[in-house]
Amino acid sequence: MPQTTSSSSPFEEDAPEPDAPAAPTAQSSTDALDSLLDEIDDTIQTNASQFVRSFVQKGGQ
Amino acid sequence: MRVVGIETEYGVTEPGNPAANPILLSSHLVQACRVWLGNSSTRWDYGGEDPLMDLRGMRRQRRYATADLLTDSPEYSDLNRGVTLRRRRGSWEDPAHLNAVLANGARFYVDHAHPEYSGPEVTSAHDAVVWDVAGDRIVLAAAAQMRAQGDDVALYKNNVDGKGASYGTHENYLVTRGVAFDDLARRLIPHLVSRQVVVGAGRVGIGTHGETPGFQISQRADYIETEVGLETTLRRPIVNTRDEPHADRRKWRRLHIITGDANSMEIPTYLKVGATSLVLSAVEADDDRLDVLALADPVAEVGAVSRDLTLRHRLRLASGEHATAVDIQRALLTIARDYASDAEDTRVLERWERVIDELGREPLAAHRDVEWVAKLRLFGRMRERYATVGTDGRSQVPTWDDDRLRAADLQWSELGSGLAARLSAAGAVERVVSDAQIEHAMTTPPSTTRAWLRGRMVSGRRDIVDAASWSTIVLDRDAEHGHLEVVALPDPHVNSHPLVDALLAQTGPARTHTRG
Repeated sequence: MPQTTSSSSPFEEDAPEPDAPAAPTAQSSTDALDSLLDEIDDTIQTNASQFVRSFVQKGGQ
Repeated sequence: MRVVGIETEYGVTEPGNPAANPILLSSHLVQACRVWLGNSSTRWDYGGEDPLMDLRGMRRQRRYATADLLTDSPEYSDLNRGVTLRRRRGSWEDPAHLNAVLANGARFYVDHAHPEYSGPEVTSAHDAVVWDVAGDRIVLAAAAQMRAQGDDVALYKNNVDGKGASYGTHENYLVTRGVAFDDLARRLIPHLVSRQVVVGAGRVGIGTHGETPGFQISQRADYIETEVGLETTLRRPIVNTRDEPHADRRKWRRLHIITGDANSMEIPTYLKVGATSLVLSAVEADDDRLDVLALADPVAEVGAVSRDLTLRHRLRLASGEHATAVDIQRALLTIARDYASDAEDTRVLERWERVIDELGREPLAAHRDVEWVAKLRLFGRMRERYATVGTDGRSQVPTWDDDRLRAADLQWSELGSGLAARLSAAGAVERVVSDAQIEHAMTTPPSTTRAWLRGRMVSGRRDIVDAASWSTIVLDRDAEHGHLEVVALPDPHVNSHPLVDALLAQTGPARTHTRG
């Protein structure tokens, strides 16, 4: 079976530890993530469910 | 490097109107693209397609073909070498299957219920990225044109809708006809299965309908059901056998790979094409070092690799031994080193090795290069941000079926303002091509293949070009318009043709010739 969880991996399925350290990354790049999330925060908090529901495609190749 | 090309079927929506007909939306988009181009595009020539030919050497009988396989014109006309005459059959176009052959040599058209950009033939991984991203920009320009006409549209470079539908991003590789198809499939499959860790775009949701909460490496993995087959819309295979080379079939196959994800980052596209081409060179050379990597159960391993975010899953080899996807990629890299034929191949090998090293050390280290890692890292931050404190006082992050995560997964690949595009604009991901190169490639074909002839004829001699396909340029120079001249271009490497070169050299007003 594939491993989908591992206690020593940052890629845990459901990160249960409240004080799990944030991934070790460069500060500048971390800032890029946060400012991006700041930008989309409002729309994603209010429109996510409707957006997901209405995204329907026909199968292709 | 060999001749390659990438096709992308985009997800398409009308914001605020989920009931919009996707075929009409796609058709309007192609029409808007033609308007945006100011008529410097032409129709598709359906004269020479043969979609029922199977790479395994047989031909499916037409009556057993599903309708979506029938992409050719029923009035199939055989082309001889050089220039032949064909009687004009009218210029009616099916609005549901609008086409535009573009000045950069690409084809932009309605495929099933999606707009599809099929990039021009290129001969390097770098150029594959340039003309692939140029396609995104062309589609964006067409969308802007459509909005200016009052019709809203949004486009997504992904492969799943989370409701069961999947649509493809296909790679095409010109391979010598001398390789037996069974060897080709057998020796390529370990690469196609293991390369997911390098080129996967990441996906929120597991299962064809995303029914199981989770994050996986590949968009396409859950839609691959068999090892080898002709279909691309059902029973999707790891290795597709459609034998439609769009070239001299005595010399070449066109290997059509349908397992790959649409990528919104440049490195994955670069390595997808560059590494796969090198592995194909090893297959063409009958390199039996590839055989030790044969997998015991390739179809099951596609899913297992995609779902293992730790990269520790060990795939079972046919020999009974086990290896991780990263191990297999490293073994392939070692073999591929012997097939580098130019400086670009060397750069591909360096980049491939760097990414394998990062993934082997700590997957997160690859966040600037590997799309699924970049996506998972952003979404990990998002989960921390939206964590709530439970009754036991412990922090609880949202599960993967949270609509905010599912919405972000879709928005990741939106053309123009998607999350991946914004990360790239913020300098958070590596790039391999420049904006100037992309801009140039929106209107200029690659100079190393027959696309050079096609694209320049479309932009420079629209007055006499009636239609074009991968292997033909159809001219209308007859004053009575009763006969068309078909220029056959069966060799994809050829960027010169006596008649085409002469026509391109002509300057001044368009002239009409009367044939006696």
